[in-house]
Amino acid sequence: MISALTNLYDGLGPVGQFALWSFVKIAALFGAVMTFVAYSVLAERKISAFIQDRVGPNRVALPLIGSIPIIGPFLTNLGVWQPLADGVKSFLKEDFTPSYVRKAYFWIAPAITFIPAFLVLAVIPFGSFLGEQKMVIADLNVGILFTFGIISLGVYGIVLAGYASNSKYPFLGGIRSSAQMISYEISMGLAVIPVFLIVGKLNLGEIILHQAQHGWLIFYAPISFVIFIVSAFAETNRLPFDLPESETELVAGYNTEYSSMKFALFFMGEYTNMIAASAMMVVLFFGGWTLPFGGLDQPAQPAEWLRGLAHIGIFVAKMLVFMVIFIWIRWMLPRFRYDQLMDLGWRRFLPLALINILITAVVLWLRS
Amino acid sequence: MQTQDIFFYVFALLTVICAVMVVANPLSRNPVTSAMFLVLTIVCMAGLFVLLHAFFLAAVQILVYAGAVMVLFLFVIMLLDLKEEERRKVKIVGAGLGTISVGAVAFLLFRIILTSSKGAANAAPQLEGSTSSLGTLLFSKYVLPFEILSLLLLVAMVGVILLSKKDLK
Repeated sequence: MISALTNLYDGLGPVGQFALWSFVKIAALFGAVMTFVAYSVLAERKISAFIQDRVGPNRVALPLIGSIPIIGPFLTNLGVWQPLADGVKSFLKEDFTPSYVRKAYFWIAPAITFIPAFLVLAVIPFGSFLGEQKMVIADLNVGILFTFGIISLGVYGIVLAGYASNSKYPFLGGIRSSAQMISYEISMGLAVIPVFLIVGKLNLGEIILHQAQHGWLIFYAPISFVIFIVSAFAETNRLPFDLPESETELVAGYNTEYSSMKFALFFMGEYTNMIAASAMMVVLFFGGWTLPFGGLDQPAQPAEWLRGLAHIGIFVAKMLVFMVIFIWIRWMLPRFRYDQLMDLGWRRFLPLALINILITAVVLWLRS
Repeated sequence: MQTQDIFFYVFALLTVICAVMVVANPLSRNPVTSAMFLVLTIVCMAGLFVLLHAFFLAAVQILVYAGAVMVLFLFVIMLLDLKEEERRKVKIVGAGLGTISVGAVAFLLFRIILTSSKGAANAAPQLEGSTSSLGTLLFSKYVLPFEILSLLLLVAMVGVILLSKKDLK
């Protein structure tokens, strides 16, 4: 039986094997990220409850596990089953399409928000090797440019949602979003240029290897990191920059007219974007899957499964820290005014990023 | 026929279809739809660049044109009065002139393709190269055109700021 499978695998040839492994990796990543999204929503609710001195979700219980003594009530109190209930609710709720919307765009906008968020994850190396497989779906030489290109496509979902809804508040949300995203994309793009001046490569995997040798880039380019993380908040529409959906003035902005699964797609898109932004920060500034001690900064050899798994674990742990920061800041800060947002983007960050590039270039030139 | 050829024909066909839909969409005269088809055209062209192994060009094509320029297009279109634009009929004179100019350009292109030598057809694609070699080329061999272009962009930018200022002293 096993030999038959091995024969079948060998018969695929290099192209077939590549396709098979890519498919496996895509499926695994998709499953992992969807679980992450579900539980970061729970984390958001629990952390916000903690900050506001509330309890948070603590009611959903599964019939069998809920009746195990001690463990059952503990898990229920943690709200571990809440994402399941939320998911079922999203699917079963009535999918209402208002009569005045532009139907085609109304249907396509949630998908356009959701898909780019996932495409970004395709180039992110989330581990070194597992067996003989490199733990990245697409090892592109222009990885970072691909990422920025795809992120810039994400804005269409929100703009089209605002346009398709054909009513005041969503439209204002869409307009705001397009201006905000473009403004902060520029700061974000300029912020990472020092990273590439230092490393000299655009491939994300090689950036990690460079950091394993020379130390994390956060120590070389701290200003870049500050600009990047603030721009990431603006790009993912999180407080203090959630102007496109600001509940208090625009009802819910671009997703006012959406319900059930279409709304859930916007929601999942936002959290996937947060995951992608966290992963980018880990890769660019915090050494990716490496740790500077315990021999964990070298790629795993084909036989070292444990080390390969440890690398994935390190990456996920680093990413979770950033997810908590994302959530924490949302509940600690008030919202910016729109003119303040534009002022910060264009008149503070843009010159700062340019000066940062200049200084890095001059320092590198003097040292060479 | 290799896989790459199949991809080429798929992307080329999609590019042409989307490009036609930008200007002559039979179902809708909505400018937003035209803009969205233009975005699709740009994305398909990026696919063609990838087939030529010009990954940098493909990424920049999506980043700059699809991601920034077209978002601004959309931004402006959404602020215009679209109702009037949708009601406007296709004028026969305009359509005729358009057909003539497209025909002229197509004729010129065909002539060039037919008369040019076919020696380079089987050679390996020359566009391949790392981002750094592209940068080196831009700042050594082509530095003058590059700087002139950036000057042109600067002039355009200053012009826009001047035009958008209401009270000129």
